[in-house]
Amino acid sequence: MNDALATLSQLTVAFDRRVVVDRVDLTIRRGDIITVIGPNGAGKTTLIKAILGIQKATEGAIDLQPSLTIGYVPQHLTLEHTLPLSVRKFMLLSGQTLSACREALAKTDVDHLLDASVHHLSGGEKQRLLLARALARRPDLLVLDEPAQGVDINGQAALYDLIRNLRDELNCGVLMVSHDLHLVMAATDKVICLNQHICCSGYPADISHDPAFIETFGRPVAESLAVYHHHHNHSHDLHGDVVSQDHQHSGQGSCDHAHH
Amino acid sequence: MPIIDALLNDFFWRALIGGFGVALVAGPLGCFVVWRRMAYFGDTLAHSALLGITLSFLISVPMNIGVITTCVLLSVVLVLFQRSRALATDTLLGILAHSALAIGLVALSFMPDIRFDLTGLLFGDLLAMSRTDLLWIYGGAAFILALLTLFWRGLLMSTIHEELARVEGIPVERLRLVLMLMFSIVIAVAMKIVGVLLITALLIIPAATARRLAGNPEHMVALAIGFGCLAVTGGLSMSWFLDTPAGPSVVVTAFCTFLLVYGGARKAPA
Repeated sequence: MNDALATLSQLTVAFDRRVVVDRVDLTIRRGDIITVIGPNGAGKTTLIKAILGIQKATEGAIDLQPSLTIGYVPQHLTLEHTLPLSVRKFMLLSGQTLSACREALAKTDVDHLLDASVHHLSGGEKQRLLLARALARRPDLLVLDEPAQGVDINGQAALYDLIRNLRDELNCGVLMVSHDLHLVMAATDKVICLNQHICCSGYPADISHDPAFIETFGRPVAESLAVYHHHHNHSHDLHGDVVSQDHQHSGQGSCDHAHH
Repeated sequence: MPIIDALLNDFFWRALIGGFGVALVAGPLGCFVVWRRMAYFGDTLAHSALLGITLSFLISVPMNIGVITTCVLLSVVLVLFQRSRALATDTLLGILAHSALAIGLVALSFMPDIRFDLTGLLFGDLLAMSRTDLLWIYGGAAFILALLTLFWRGLLMSTIHEELARVEGIPVERLRLVLMLMFSIVIAVAMKIVGVLLITALLIIPAATARRLAGNPEHMVALAIGFGCLAVTGGLSMSWFLDTPAGPSVVVTAFCTFLLVYGGARKAPA
């Protein structure tokens, strides 16, 4: 059975002939946590916007499962200060019932803020509110654009933990963009390294050894990630390589693209 | 009913009743102007109203129709230009606002045989409110309120976060056009009371005043309507008793209320 929530085939987005997303193939399934990483201007946000239907694809196709509900957590909630808004009101604007909204707020641990003003929330609380807002719609696919921006380090780790737990609880697919490499590596199942096209993809522990990854992010970053994983993953062999378990290296391996 | 008839026979009451009708829609639309930072946009549309008036004389259609059509066309042009991103929006608005006003004034001067109260158009005229105007105002107000009720969630959501709204299936682009249509109507009907040059003030000042006291969007709209009615009452009374121009008097009253509320309330509720 085809359980793919979303399938991208040769997805290309170009602005004025400048190709921002180049022939990307990607399948997102229920239960997946896929993180897109990449340098600035790599087309991460554009890729996400194409999947959300905000950005038109120049070429290629995006097949979404029929009647797919997408929960979107934008980078931040920049509210015009002139617009008074309480958490309750913001949640209710999703069109869901109050009890569904409260339930979603409880899942992200911000239910005590129901009557607070959105303007007075901290960065972390705002992200949790946005997440709750997405959850209230009972999404099949959760799409997050740098969910941990403006959140302190402890908050970031907690946020990624929460996202993992929510995936387990709701059995939805998760696609996110992130800068915080270390946290991503700990929280994610599959990493896509994007630099217009997909440089490499695979399981976090593997990808940090990938030449294409090292070339994109530089050796120090890659090494620090490898070390990081060494401490947290006990299935390495003597050379520090990951012992393949049920999952095998799914990276495309080499990268035919010349990075500067 | 004799009482209503007596009221409608009186210049002052007619103007006041008309003013309340305008305040009723200027409140919610003014909130959107403030929320979406569209003050300059409102100005541009209002300035093009004069062009609309001239055109309606040229092709002899009712003035309101001419104004609404011109405003709608201008807002569509604006949206198209904005999409091409050739110029910054405020530059574009500046060009269109003053060009529309200038073209309107120039075109008007070519029609010497039409007797015209230009000051009344620019600054509002208390005595000019006819029973037909009242019909236009309340018809327009009813239409706008119906649209607002129907699209409230979508309009509010696309104001709060456009992309989120889009993902949730709200037709953001179409609602933007609906909003512009509503602005065009409110400009056409408010013109008589406050005049072309001061319409934006009647939209913004009551809404901004309301922001200080409001805790949620609907509350802010209700307060903005209240402050609008207050401004109209105060301004028209001033115009009636002191023989001041209607539009400026309304705006002065609105401004005084604004100062009082912002001076009086220590801290805004969120």
